[in-house]
Amino acid sequence: MEVFSVLTPGGYTTIQDRGRYGYQQMGIPVSGVLDAFAFHCANLLVANPKNSAVMEITVMGPRLEILAAADLVVTGAEIKMTLNDQPVQTWASFGVKPGDILDIQQVQSGCRAYLAVSGGIDVPAVMGSRSTYVGANIGGYEGRVLKVGDVIKCGQGNRLDTLRKMPADLIPAYPPELTIRAIPGPQDDFFKEGLEVLFQSDFMVSTKADRMGYRLQGPQVKICEGMPKSIISEPTMPGGVQIPADEQPIILMVEQTVGGYTKIVTVISVDFPRVAQATPGDTIRFERVSLETAHTLYQEQLKKLQALENQLSIQ
Amino acid sequence: MITRMQDGLFEKARFRTAGDRGLLIEYGDVIDPAVNNKVRSMAIAIEDNPLRGVTEVIPTYRSLLMIYDPGMTDPVELQTTLETLEARLGDIKIPPPRTVEIPVCYGGEFGPDIDTVADTNRLTVEAVVQLHGEPEYLIYMVGFTPGFPFLGGLSEKLYTPRLETPRTLVPEGSVGIANNQTGIYPIASPGGWQLIGRTPVKLFAPRRKNPFLYQAGDRIKFKPITAEEYKRCIEKEAG
Repeated sequence: MEVFSVLTPGGYTTIQDRGRYGYQQMGIPVSGVLDAFAFHCANLLVANPKNSAVMEITVMGPRLEILAAADLVVTGAEIKMTLNDQPVQTWASFGVKPGDILDIQQVQSGCRAYLAVSGGIDVPAVMGSRSTYVGANIGGYEGRVLKVGDVIKCGQGNRLDTLRKMPADLIPAYPPELTIRAIPGPQDDFFKEGLEVLFQSDFMVSTKADRMGYRLQGPQVKICEGMPKSIISEPTMPGGVQIPADEQPIILMVEQTVGGYTKIVTVISVDFPRVAQATPGDTIRFERVSLETAHTLYQEQLKKLQALENQLSIQ
Repeated sequence: MITRMQDGLFEKARFRTAGDRGLLIEYGDVIDPAVNNKVRSMAIAIEDNPLRGVTEVIPTYRSLLMIYDPGMTDPVELQTTLETLEARLGDIKIPPPRTVEIPVCYGGEFGPDIDTVADTNRLTVEAVVQLHGEPEYLIYMVGFTPGFPFLGGLSEKLYTPRLETPRTLVPEGSVGIANNQTGIYPIASPGGWQLIGRTPVKLFAPRRKNPFLYQAGDRIKFKPITAEEYKRCIEKEAG
């Protein structure tokens, strides 16, 4: 069912689901949404199956003509939007009908917003996922960023009996100064003073911040004297903090599979979405946590999401 | 302390923490066929004996990354299971690596840097083609772009430095040399390797039943073809 006609595409709008798994050994990065928390909530708020595809919006949103009746929601970055020139709230579902104009404007805080539609966005799954990987032109809408004139379809979904709203205390804030928790490794043994510098300094998000990686600017993070500057290429994880030759950290995001630079620390799973909401000029400070703490936080997050799901489904 | 055996293999695998969902296992610290064979054997053993909570296994030159669901398992459990698996690796049947033949049309418009490779090494173009087509190259790892094979076994007589300025767009199927490495670009992408030829075969076809023709641990043998054969093959691939 055709649901959106793209009047203007916005800054960098792609179709994503939770990612493409099982092909990293073949050089296919996982891709998928950068902010898994906002993604998960967006699907909950329109009662979609968990892995339904959504639109990932970056900084500037698209202007869409609605072609079919559906329920929509926008989560993630705080972003201004109007439906037929009337303001609409984020993190709360709303109904639309053919002929409506949804104008998603500029983010107020945060970087990425997620538009979910009842039934999920319907694009062909490629190698098990609907996520766009622009680097190889696969998945999403013709393997690319949305353009003017694209017509987007959605699956057959059930309309909500009652519109859903995220409890205000559970909506994340996206401040310009953030503390990101990280676990040392996999190559923390290449650093000594470098680890202290990393955990005790402020780093600024540079303009080179995208789905592949976030380049930071700050004091130099030095590899120990006598240690090699690079390693034999090995697999990388989203959240790995790579130290290249210029000694300025790069937080790896979701579009890389292998690399030959050392990773001093790795951002924990629950904080990864917060990195994805940082914009150039924001300040990041790393806080050291243990693997056990990271796992506890992960379990707590799962429980919170389950509670939220229960709460929303009885709204 | 890490104890090394003669061929560069660690006596005991080394485990590294890659965040709260990744466990990195190193089997050696050199680029060596014996080490890579160990990586391949373990990857196959894990595939045949799935570990609870492991969602993905990524083999590279000398290491494996296991991505796990922290809700289902933890690194301590994984390490124990993996050590048990390694101990009985001798009893697990590991199929021999496959050799995949890749046709290549060398030189001309498809290999604009073949003269550079020849001149750098004081060889004729014919000798470059012969030396490049001779070995069965080991695929140490696949990555960088979908299906890009990092190959070992290039003749020392062909070592050539990268281009000083990388090309912004290397055509799909290009075969190149960078220092002691040779490889193929499965999709058009930027790149700084010296291009010596091109294959008409699609190395990455996302909609094909099997999108790839090989995996890490397999071998590649290049087969020189003429421009006429290249053209026929392209037409056949287009169906």
